[in-house]
Amino acid sequence: MRTIKFLLQKEFLQIFRNKSMLPIIFVMPVIQLVVLSFAATYELKEVDMHLVDFDRSGVSRQLVTKMQASGYFTLRSQSANVEEGITDIRRNKVQLVLVIPPHFERDLRSGRPASVQMNIDAVDGATAGLIQAYGRSIIQDFDAGIRPDVEEVRGGGPGGIDIIPASWYNPNLDYIKYMVPGILVVLVAMIGMFLSGMNIVREREIGTIEQLNVTPIRRYQFMLGKLLPFWIIALFELALGLLIARFGFDIPFVGSVWLLFGIAGIFMLVVQGLGLLISTVTHTQQQAMFIAWFLMVIFILMGGLFTPIESMPVWARELTLFNPMAHFIKIMRMVLLKGAGWNEIQHLAGLLALMAAVILPAAVFRYRKSTG
Amino acid sequence: MQPVRIHNLQKSYGGIQALRGITFDVQEGELFGLIGPDGAGKTTLFRIITTLLKPDSGEASVLGKDVVDEYNAIRSSIGYMPGQFALYQDLSVRENMNFFASVFGTTLEQNYELVAPIYRQLEPFENRLAGALSGGMKQKLALSCALIHKPALLVLDEPTTGVDAVSRKEFWQMLHRLKAKGITILVSTPYMDEAKQCDRIALMQNGGILSIESPSAVTRQFDRQVWSVRAGSKYRLIQFLRGYEHAESVQPFGESIHYIDYRAGFDPADFKQMLERNGFQGVQVQQVAPGIEDVFIRLMEQEETYE
Repeated sequence: MRTIKFLLQKEFLQIFRNKSMLPIIFVMPVIQLVVLSFAATYELKEVDMHLVDFDRSGVSRQLVTKMQASGYFTLRSQSANVEEGITDIRRNKVQLVLVIPPHFERDLRSGRPASVQMNIDAVDGATAGLIQAYGRSIIQDFDAGIRPDVEEVRGGGPGGIDIIPASWYNPNLDYIKYMVPGILVVLVAMIGMFLSGMNIVREREIGTIEQLNVTPIRRYQFMLGKLLPFWIIALFELALGLLIARFGFDIPFVGSVWLLFGIAGIFMLVVQGLGLLISTVTHTQQQAMFIAWFLMVIFILMGGLFTPIESMPVWARELTLFNPMAHFIKIMRMVLLKGAGWNEIQHLAGLLALMAAVILPAAVFRYRKSTG
Repeated sequence: MQPVRIHNLQKSYGGIQALRGITFDVQEGELFGLIGPDGAGKTTLFRIITTLLKPDSGEASVLGKDVVDEYNAIRSSIGYMPGQFALYQDLSVRENMNFFASVFGTTLEQNYELVAPIYRQLEPFENRLAGALSGGMKQKLALSCALIHKPALLVLDEPTTGVDAVSRKEFWQMLHRLKAKGITILVSTPYMDEAKQCDRIALMQNGGILSIESPSAVTRQFDRQVWSVRAGSKYRLIQFLRGYEHAESVQPFGESIHYIDYRAGFDPADFKQMLERNGFQGVQVQQVAPGIEDVFIRLMEQEETYE
């Protein structure tokens, strides 16, 4: 126990003396949360639109006005030629070409089916989907608004099934509420994955590990000495991040924060274990950094932070079973936004604990081999 | 009990044999030197002795403990100073001392007496970061840290490499003081002049030991006469003598050249005349007592002809 105390003392002394690293550790969460949460958004803003209106009627003008009034679409240019609109898309001047056919008003008024065409720049599939969805809902809304006039003429029509959506836990479909918990996970994962593992490789690179290895320090003591400081720092960062989330972003804390910290403690052991494992198979910080980044990118992209895991192909969905970040992001969102308790998350927490139980001993075991 | 017993020790890295069957013992209280060029296998041998590396075959015991099976017992009773400065550059002198004292379960105060002669010189810089110390000071700090737990055996891997001449001399004086306190010391050096300071030296080359003797015995054994030859152009002289039919060994040695002749009835006067006939001016030929370097180079040359 005494030895671990001295090791911790030494580590903290070194961490707090590192004038270039310390600010990064403490400024990072603020920047990550503030910048990413605002920037990484799926909300549609200001789509540039080209209009080809063959009808030039009151109704077609009304539709265009409605789209502009929604705030999502800006009319950049118009012409009487679809080709011209497509050329604008190719030049990245607009993302949408709206084509209103001749006799649009006449068809609509007389109750015949009428159509408009939306040509969307789909290079960015996600945005294209959004443009389509927003555009469709505006046009349908417009249709519903104009229908009563039509129905007066036709004298009643068939009743449709109306769907009334209710968004639970995030009633305004606020993207920030969804992103912030996930970004917090990335934050603590970065500290866990990079700092403790890199620290060991650094000792190897500088050669200090040589002197340390001839002391009676036990392997597990050495590993604990490397794990604990960053474990503590990461949980501190999480606390800082949660404070920013609560008071900066108004993220609701529906569930238990203590439960969250408990799980975060286990999650840290998993990513730190991975970091340590990497450190035992690499000789330079560069190698270690590269491998850690490789894993990190996979974890982030396949962790359900940006794209829902449910929309991945089956094999990818099965792979996420081994992605600790996916589990913790899920837990974070469940606990913070839905108020999930131990019962709802215990299987995910169990998975994380299992990972820690496999990876940590593996790292300690590998560490010995690297010196022998 | 001999503090270090090595028997037929072998170690390879990939296909390269770093140690090819090393055998030697170090006596208690001895100052034992390993002399050899870079790449001879000195560091590999030291890393096995300090339990940092496992040998492929052969036996090695330190302070009566096996280096593979009982490595933990060895670690707490030896002091090791790696060839490369291995203390924390971002910790101060005092913090380094305290840290290494504490991991050995002791304190600087408890063993102050042992390290005092060395550490006293560092005390004015106690709060300076180790990375900001000069080469000689770093070396003193490393020795202090290696000594902090009163080790019975001190293993020093090229402690004087990259250190100025004055610090080197001081360093050897410190080693003699430690030896007087009964600490067994195993030291390696690429410098032949430092070999004289050891009780016994092992000459190492290509992963093997060429000879183990006391420095005086090493040179006494030398059965050839060594001639120190000087002439105007040293470079031309070497070129000429290397092509000379009777030359056995021609080695540059400072300002002069150390020359060994094959013939039993070598006559320096004839030799001098011969050189002058060949256009050398100001020729001086003197017999000198063979040094360790002469012995070493000769052993190396023999080794190469056998292979």
